[in-house]
Amino acid sequence: MSLEQFMNEAISPWLKEEGPDSDIVMSSRIRLARNFDHIPFPILAGQEELEQVVEFFKEEYEDHSFGPYKDFEFIHMSKLNPTEKRVLVEKHLISPHLSDHAKNGATLISQNEQVSVMVNEEDHIRVQLYFPGFQLEKALEQASDFDDWLEEKINFAFDEKRGYLTSCPTNVGTGLRASVMMHLPALTMTQQMSRLIPAINQLGLVVRGIYGEGSEAIGNIFQISNQITLGKSEKDIVDDLKSVVEQLIEQERNARQQIVQQNGIQLEDKIFRSYGVLANSRIIESKEAAKCLSDVRLGIDLGYINSLSKTILNELMILTQPGFLQQYAQQNLSPDERDVRRAALIRERLNLEI
Amino acid sequence: MECQECHERPASLHFTQVVNGHKTEVYVCEKCAYDKGYMSQEQDSLSLHNLLSGLFNFDSFQLSDSKSPSASHREPQSLKCGHCGLTYDEFKRVGKFGCANCYKTFDERLNPIFRRVHSGNTIHNGKVPKRKGGQLHVQREMDQKRSELQALIHQEEFEEAAKVRDQIRTLERQLDSEQREGDQ
Ligand SMILES: [Zn+2]
Ligand SMILES: [Zn+2]
Repeated sequence: MSLEQFMNEAISPWLKEEGPDSDIVMSSRIRLARNFDHIPFPILAGQEELEQVVEFFKEEYEDHSFGPYKDFEFIHMSKLNPTEKRVLVEKHLISPHLSDHAKNGATLISQNEQVSVMVNEEDHIRVQLYFPGFQLEKALEQASDFDDWLEEKINFAFDEKRGYLTSCPTNVGTGLRASVMMHLPALTMTQQMSRLIPAINQLGLVVRGIYGEGSEAIGNIFQISNQITLGKSEKDIVDDLKSVVEQLIEQERNARQQIVQQNGIQLEDKIFRSYGVLANSRIIESKEAAKCLSDVRLGIDLGYINSLSKTILNELMILTQPGFLQQYAQQNLSPDERDVRRAALIRERLNLEI
Repeated sequence: MECQECHERPASLHFTQVVNGHKTEVYVCEKCAYDKGYMSQEQDSLSLHNLLSGLFNFDSFQLSDSKSPSASHREPQSLKCGHCGLTYDEFKRVGKFGCANCYKTFDERLNPIFRRVHSGNTIHNGKVPKRKGGQLHVQREMDQKRSELQALIHQEEFEEAAKVRDQIRTLERQLDSEQREGDQ
């Protein structure tokens, strides 16, 4: 298969679109946790009960559509090989927990891959809905409509006092986890993130690297999400997250301008060195690749590099993960082999642009 | 440094884990970080796990604190959910409920836990499922309309206020009839 073909299939259709503020916010996600009211949660449910949940989803929703989310594909985890599962994890369509530990796990994925439902993860039902760029409100609205659609046929575990009941006390109430993935290279370079993260935590929000931990986020990509799910309305949760993200966007833009004005040539040098590494290396570890991709993406945003498309960071962060590299190679690869393949894939991808 | 999980690849990632109050430093490679669940997109995994361990320590501290004879007489040693069989002690250890009924069974002990996890909140204030919510839906809508009415009166927009007042009456009647149905 050619790389172009592979990429077309590998990159979720919605991720190819450019959303609002996509120079900084890569994607917005809403996740809702729900359970059936009469069946024990997956952690304690019997094999038969979990089977019942899986069968229900297969029968009621396979090949069905809801609004723009068409032709749901139903996939049972037991039908996938390890690489296939890993690819779904790397696409963020399912969690590592569903892939590796769920007793009778399955997933329902819309054709455009914007909606995925994890079945028998920690809760019976986990709906995830993605939008490109900064579109939390829209994502919440659509996720809520989707939730209503599920509720037509499912009696959710719900209590007037505690709200939607979930297996973990950290999700009870709204069952809502709203998050954004942000690219914050300038705030990281100017060492402001280590100051900002505790301040954001104070506001009941969690900041973490998706591809690393804490302030050492690989590729300068951070996930910001709400921690509190109980006692606040869905709208308030999203509004509070939104206002912090708005401030971060502004601060990141300011930091970028500041660097350009004060150390423009140094920044330009850093960006083009990274471009050089990506375009020429024969062996590259994921950490170095992520760092260079972050630099190059910043170079595109700031106008230093005009020959590459903006989606390159999103695409290559996903495609250079182990699962995808193995799928593209159609074989299992050792870490060393992966580093070689990763370098080759990146060079090939950059060549597509010229 | 080599990866502590596979002892094969170099450790490229560093995590701090708190289990039962013991802080351990973990150095793993990227693959093991994924495979062993140190790293995932679901934030429940690490940061919240830490939070929870801390929280249940707090909880057990409180319990042992009240281990005077009189206290242990009043509280049964192990509360057990009649639906899924999970005991309160197991809940404390695992940090997960076993079923919806657990919430009812452990109800009296949950407020301190929820307060810690949810910044002092213990009561749901969000969406209500359409079908199941029934009366609660109407009640919430009425509350909202009432504050709307107050605001309109305050702004001396009496024409609008009259409309909202009529809407509230309709809702009141709706709630009334539903309650009568429920009583039968
Ligand atoms: Zn390892
Ligand atoms: Zn139970």
